[in-house]
Amino acid sequence: MKIITVKNLVKTFGHIRAVDDISFDVEEGSIFGFLGPNGAGKTTTINILCTLLAPTSGHASLNGHDCNKESAEVRKSIGIVFQDSSLDKDLTARENLLFHAYLYNVDKSERKKRIGDALSFVDLEDRADDLVRKFSGGMKRRLEVARGLIHRPKVLFLDEPTLGLDPQSRANLWEFITELPRKHAVTIFMTTHYMEEAEACDNIAVIDKGKIIALGSPTDLKKIIGGDIIYIKTDDNKKAMSDIKKVIEADVSEKDGEIYLSSLKGDLCIPVIIREIGERVISVRMQRPTLNDVFLKLTGKEIRDETATPEDNIKEAVRSYRRRH
Amino acid sequence: MEFNAIYVIVVREFKKFIRERSRLFSAIARPLLWLFIVGGGMSRIVPAGEGVSYIQFIFPGILGLTILFSSIFSSISIIWDKEFGFMKEILVAPVSRFSVVVGKATSGMIISTIQAVIVLGLFPFIGLQLSFVQFFSAVLICALLGFTIASFGILLASYYESYESFSVIMNFIVMPMFFLSGAMYPVKLLPSVLKIAAKANPLTYGIDALRNVILPMETGRMSSDFSIYSDVLIIIAIAVVFVFVGGKAFERKQ
Repeated sequence: MKIITVKNLVKTFGHIRAVDDISFDVEEGSIFGFLGPNGAGKTTTINILCTLLAPTSGHASLNGHDCNKESAEVRKSIGIVFQDSSLDKDLTARENLLFHAYLYNVDKSERKKRIGDALSFVDLEDRADDLVRKFSGGMKRRLEVARGLIHRPKVLFLDEPTLGLDPQSRANLWEFITELPRKHAVTIFMTTHYMEEAEACDNIAVIDKGKIIALGSPTDLKKIIGGDIIYIKTDDNKKAMSDIKKVIEADVSEKDGEIYLSSLKGDLCIPVIIREIGERVISVRMQRPTLNDVFLKLTGKEIRDETATPEDNIKEAVRSYRRRH
Repeated sequence: MEFNAIYVIVVREFKKFIRERSRLFSAIARPLLWLFIVGGGMSRIVPAGEGVSYIQFIFPGILGLTILFSSIFSSISIIWDKEFGFMKEILVAPVSRFSVVVGKATSGMIISTIQAVIVLGLFPFIGLQLSFVQFFSAVLICALLGFTIASFGILLASYYESYESFSVIMNFIVMPMFFLSGAMYPVKLLPSVLKIAAKANPLTYGIDALRNVILPMETGRMSSDFSIYSDVLIIIAIAVVFVFVGGKAFERKQ
């Protein structure tokens, strides 16, 4: 079943077309990833889907409800973890969850249990009554995910959930996120510019400058690249290259002392090559195409693998300055 | 009406208010400074009216000041919530904007009434005698005024995005509101231009209502300017308008 349907969605801010005629569906119970660089239109799309922004034109519906016209119904069906923390730092973890439970009208008899479950699920039971102000970035993000699940939403939106976290917290949080659809019967809609994260999604939309430039499973998308790349080092590359061309039909070239060629079925190709040039081989390695290669091929540029832009750092510095004064 | 949502918005504000002791302290210190230092000094040059001294005359005005500052402070916290992201948590919840505004205005009302009651309790120190009915009516008016001013603050906050606008609001809206409210001088003695401004100010009617209740014995130039009924009616009407407009202002999507 399709839980999210987006058709010809457009959002302009003045002259800027932040979202430029995009269409896609999200399957219920799957992890759907929006992959693209900063400013590609990912957050704008999320804001339209979660009823915070009205689209300029086009249509978006979630769980059968129009995101623009039936805001209240859509809001009941979704949970959101925004890019910037939306916790109240002057309340404790438990109080933040309690606030959420009341806001979403969670039944009185259920409130305590769900909050307890949520806290244990994200491993924050010991810190439940500490002010959020004292939490690390990873703990805050986990608490936000827990909060987003309190009212049992159909779809959980995660906007760059691991942005700004250290590698270990990132890995922990990521493992936890990938388990959500199975454990909580929830569909995950996430944005990211980390390739490893996108790889774990069931389906990905690659977005750049407001347009979707590729849509499909990670395996599908990698086929755009044309398969695996095999690198071979031999004692005489020139001779080996001409020998390989005799047995395999592919473009064989040499770079940095290595022969390389691309093949749709690299694993079957290697034995054929070895049989031909056997003793002369010094090393063989094969590289599976990554989504980064896909992005590079489609846009001619790489997704910058940054944790925060300088502008974000300034924003954060100003905020923490204000908090202290 | 989503009572759960309104309730939890009020509880949150209240918890934060209690945890922030310095806020309570400055909220109490400000009226004391005005009452005993400004009032004490001014009463040396301002002759007493027909039944009350100047320091007694400004007492309802100082109550109004207390409510003005604490209600505005409380609703301006919406700007903080926007800045620090918490507002998004509220805005994506299945709760009508109207309930959010009512919740915030109720928080402002409760917090400012608590402070006003503390200041009101100082009446024996300035030579006033209040009956239980007078005291109780004054508290009711304080609550009503607190709600109105808080809903005005929410309307302001819905148009401002950043923290920097806070000083603009304080200097160009809150302070003129105080000076043009009849807190320090009777509205009837103001020049006609200022009189018009004072009559357009919701705080004027709150302070006038308090003066009606607390200083009924004054008959001269320091007496109240309007009847208690028109005061209360106007405050309620303004509150309704502000809540409605504030709710609409929050509703708008870009």
